[in-house]
Amino acid sequence: MDTGAEARLAADPSRMQALEERLQELEKRLAHVEGQVAEDRVALVVFSGDLDRVLAAFVIATGAAAMGQQVSMFFTFWGLSVLKKDSQLSGKTLFQKMMTLMSPGSSKSLPVSKMNYFGVGAKMLRSMMKEKNVSSLEEMISLARELGVRMIACEMSRDVMGIKESELVAGLECGGVASFLADSLKSRTSLFI
Amino acid sequence: MSQVFDKMLDARGLNCPLPLINARKEISKLEVGQVLKVVASDRGSVADFLGWAKVAKNMELLGQETETTEGANTYVHYVKRTA
Repeated sequence: MDTGAEARLAADPSRMQALEERLQELEKRLAHVEGQVAEDRVALVVFSGDLDRVLAAFVIATGAAAMGQQVSMFFTFWGLSVLKKDSQLSGKTLFQKMMTLMSPGSSKSLPVSKMNYFGVGAKMLRSMMKEKNVSSLEEMISLARELGVRMIACEMSRDVMGIKESELVAGLECGGVASFLADSLKSRTSLFI
Repeated sequence: MSQVFDKMLDARGLNCPLPLINARKEISKLEVGQVLKVVASDRGSVADFLGWAKVAKNMELLGQETETTEGANTYVHYVKRTA
């Protein structure tokens, strides 16, 4: 500020006060805007239990984590199969037992979304990926963990489908829609897969 | 280009997203200011490293080059840790 303007301000205290008020107002608005800016986060919903789709989810998740993003993956409905380590039948209702028997027991037995042919398609895709030196889904999952990707199992769909916590792998968080939204609202990218 | 580097990562034969992930792991082992040379056979890595440099806050892409030996391309990336 040049000395002429400073002198004019000093001579007029009300102008000085108006300026200060404006500054305060601007600071308040800036704080509000800063609270709304997206963070370096990526939030993924993994709804599908298809090998090909889940692979895409993990490629994005591990890639984003490597690029310095904080990644959260929310597994719900068919996506919960990815996190299963085995199947149990005891203590389940008839429908839950049927669902358990008809669902994949772990990530290793996920079907593909097209041309599955009772699992032959999935086996073919896996061997084609191996041939091309692409990491397997299981390698991707452990890579994601190593890179600090958060994995959250949806409590509601787990409960509905009768999947017990003891059927899932260790090291998961559990949560509901709000825990996904809390993350996705602050994310630059949110995907439903 | 004769770029000086401190460490080399051989990512040949690896596919997306492994060159990126391994580079990220290696660069976090370097000191700030040091340079990692990544050699990859994945053509997509050229765009991937450019994209990484666009969003990353702790690295800088110093340069990329393509080398052809016996008809096969390798893609070289020089990545500097900046924070």
